[in-house]
Amino acid sequence: MDPSRKRRVRLVVALTTALLLAGALVYTSVSASTEALKPSQLLAQARPGQSYQVTGKVVAGSIRHRGATVLFRVRDRNGTMSVPVAYTGTVPDPFADNREVILQVHKSATGDGFVGERDTLVTKCPSKFSAKS
Amino acid sequence: MATLGRACLILALAVAVYGIGAGLYAWRTGRRDVATSARRAIYALAGLTTIAMVILEVAFLRDDFSYATVASHSSTTTPLFYKAAAVWSSQEGSLLLWVWLLSLWSSASLFFTRKRMRDVTPVATAVLALFAAFFTGLLVFTASPFHILGNAPVEGAGLNPLLRHPSMMIHPPMLYSGYTLFTVPFAFAVGALATGRVDAEWITATRRFALAAWLFLGIGIVLGARWSYAELGWGGYWAWDPVENASLLPWLTGTAFIHSIMIQEKRGMLKIWNVSLVLTTGILAILGTFLVRSGILDSIHAFGASTLGVPFVALIVFLIALAIGLVTWRSSLLRTEHRIDSFLSREAAFLFNNMLFVGLAFVVFFGTFFPLITEAFGQRRNVGPPWFDRITVPLALALVGLAGIAPLISWRRATVANLRRNFLGPVAFGAAVTVALIAAGGVAHKPLALAMFGLAGFVIAGVAQEFWRGTRARRAMSTDAWPVAVVSLVRRNRRRYAGYLVHVGMATLFVGVAASSAFQHANDVRIRPGQSATVGGYTFRDIGAVGRIDRRDGRIQRIELGSRLQVFHGGKSLGILEPTRGYYPSDAPFAPVSGMFDGESTSEVRMFAGLRRDVWSAVQPELGGIRHDTRIFDAAIRQMAKQGVPAGKQALAFQVGLEKAVVDYARSRPFATFRLIVSPLVSWIWIGGIIVFCGGLTALWPAPDAARRRATAGYAARVAQELGRA
Amino acid sequence: MAVLVLVILAAVVWVVGAPLRRGAAVEAEETDSAEREQLEAAKEAKYREIRDAELDFRTGKLDEADHRAIDRQLRAEAVEILRALDRLGAGDR
Repeated sequence: MDPSRKRRVRLVVALTTALLLAGALVYTSVSASTEALKPSQLLAQARPGQSYQVTGKVVAGSIRHRGATVLFRVRDRNGTMSVPVAYTGTVPDPFADNREVILQVHKSATGDGFVGERDTLVTKCPSKFSAKS
Repeated sequence: MATLGRACLILALAVAVYGIGAGLYAWRTGRRDVATSARRAIYALAGLTTIAMVILEVAFLRDDFSYATVASHSSTTTPLFYKAAAVWSSQEGSLLLWVWLLSLWSSASLFFTRKRMRDVTPVATAVLALFAAFFTGLLVFTASPFHILGNAPVEGAGLNPLLRHPSMMIHPPMLYSGYTLFTVPFAFAVGALATGRVDAEWITATRRFALAAWLFLGIGIVLGARWSYAELGWGGYWAWDPVENASLLPWLTGTAFIHSIMIQEKRGMLKIWNVSLVLTTGILAILGTFLVRSGILDSIHAFGASTLGVPFVALIVFLIALAIGLVTWRSSLLRTEHRIDSFLSREAAFLFNNMLFVGLAFVVFFGTFFPLITEAFGQRRNVGPPWFDRITVPLALALVGLAGIAPLISWRRATVANLRRNFLGPVAFGAAVTVALIAAGGVAHKPLALAMFGLAGFVIAGVAQEFWRGTRARRAMSTDAWPVAVVSLVRRNRRRYAGYLVHVGMATLFVGVAASSAFQHANDVRIRPGQSATVGGYTFRDIGAVGRIDRRDGRIQRIELGSRLQVFHGGKSLGILEPTRGYYPSDAPFAPVSGMFDGESTSEVRMFAGLRRDVWSAVQPELGGIRHDTRIFDAAIRQMAKQGVPAGKQALAFQVGLEKAVVDYARSRPFATFRLIVSPLVSWIWIGGIIVFCGGLTALWPAPDAARRRATAGYAARVAQELGRA
Repeated sequence: MAVLVLVILAAVVWVVGAPLRRGAAVEAEETDSAEREQLEAAKEAKYREIRDAELDFRTGKLDEADHRAIDRQLRAEAVEILRALDRLGAGDR
């Protein structure tokens, strides 16, 4: 095979490999991903047995501790619709009223609340720059 | 003073804009004096931003709460060290830090290249001035650090207690140094493309800065991981958080660049690739800076959704267009001089290394921006840490393997006999390590970790072999004693041996990561004094609750509640860990005692760190009992206020009530939830980081001219002989 | 305060403008200084390559025959660079 043909073959092989790998990447990511919803969307769309990522703010005054479980409500960032969550696991230090949180939840088997999945609670560092009254 | 600061920033913006214009004009007309003037504009920029930084620092250190930034990020009770560092905990302060560091590194790079690359530097100056103009523009128009409050408060809001950790204070300057240093090779790449001078000189000039950027950024990332592990209550060091990933991306492409640049130097290959890589790295550095403060991705770091998003996106789009345009325009000049001779060569190993690093960067990029990509197609989705781990671990294994192979293989083309001679020892050692670990038991069920240990053994053995052979060769040519020979070897082949050291550091780091991820024992237990829990073969006995009031200058800083745990292993006591939680007061005039527990709280992690394993603990106390007590005291104090009891007596009641509540907490044998982790080889992560730092520093160290001349003189003489002969 | 600002402004203008005042006097440069820099850098790189190849040989990654061939080729390339430098710098330096 002359060199230019060899180069072309190599290029085709390389591109095909890259495409296959990219395809595999997309496939694994989509199948491993969870929907990212706001509490209002969660109320409307959540199906039992499915895991969802919910982002919102902790409703002021809603935090209760029951042993190792934390009960609180999460509301839309700009809104009032909220969902109750029972979470067990690491509670990040900044967790408090009105803080923005992200966590994985699934519908509770009993009642109409949601169960927070272990150790998935992330609380955003409070920004002192905005909204300081 | 604030007006002076603001004036300096406005002046800096003007100077930066002048720098852009002068640089471009000097490029088009070739006028040396204008080029020098543009360079001095960058020096002036450094001076002006330094003045602004100093003014802001002084304001923080003097508790000048008329500055809005100082009032919202510091307080009189903040310790001095953290006051100084609080400057960059705010949006405006961090932008100022960014542009200050940018101006310093830009000045340094232009100073050291002032007598060389006279075609390229004017354009590079213009690009650096463009970055400076962007950031000073933000500082002047949207995020001024010198905003003065009409009514200066008496006390500031204080630094977020989470940030009160030495690592957290050095982390931003390190990261920003990394980001800003990457803009230098970016600028010189743009200059090289614009002037058509993508050659050996450009490589030499930018290599050092790329290496320094890589080093600082890497240290910044490791410091962030260390802070996460030692300060936060979850016991992990990496969460694939979008902002963590954003700092990793330019580091990955930067590592690829440092390697592939050597191929261009030697064989004139990969010119388009290298230029694209360094341009991409610069853009990723800006992207990283942007992500932290944009709020477009859900992450633990967010300066809050701000108005800075749009200008940053505009800058990034402009940079991408510029990069693509330049590379396309000059593609004919970037023709490769040679092709790869053989797949059994160091060039091929480096090429493969590049593909892996860029592939890894792409994977991380894809996973990080997945929410935005999926949102564009409909429903926003996100991928979590398990996906990242699954994809990156095999890539990391391949990279460690390559890191072991490349030093043992020659440039251009290696023969099978050579391979056998060079690989036998290290491969045998790696295999021996693997077999030994399998035999020792308890490791084989985690094949990926086992593979990492074996590969790390291979890498380290290979480097040891290289040092041994090199030193032996050195001694054959001179009469140096062993230690002198080693030092001399490294000094004469600094790049190579410093690189080997970095490989050893990275292998160590990965061993730590593999061991602490795969063989960790972690559990959350809820116990009270008198009870025990066992995790990973270690028994933790709760021997008593603690309660403390931290006072400074007569003022209450925080309340600490926690427990004392006695740790036993194999029947012997290792000592006592006292994890606590610190509760910072909030302003609650109607509930002064309860208010002590309603503000920020931080985990005080306590651990026994060791070479073989870390024993880590954090606690989440249950506050039901103490809250009950404090509410009673609050009611009593409210009653006193209603009855007109003097403020002094109320304050005394407050002190008494608080102290009693805290003491009663300790005495009440309360339940608490503990996170207990026994994690092997975590310390090796930090040790590996230190080794990488030493290696990087060695590589960066400027070779003293005399030594360099001596090293090349021999070859010059021989070549001259050729000349004479020819 | 205003005085301070003016002083700083004056300093900046002076520093940045100084080269312009000196004028385009330094213009009649060797236009091939760029070429010379490029060749110097290439020479350094080539010397480093020669040294690297020797180190590869001494640490057993290249055998004698291979090293001799590569060394000869690299030195020939170095000679070319030196010749080019000579052509440029006839009389200069």
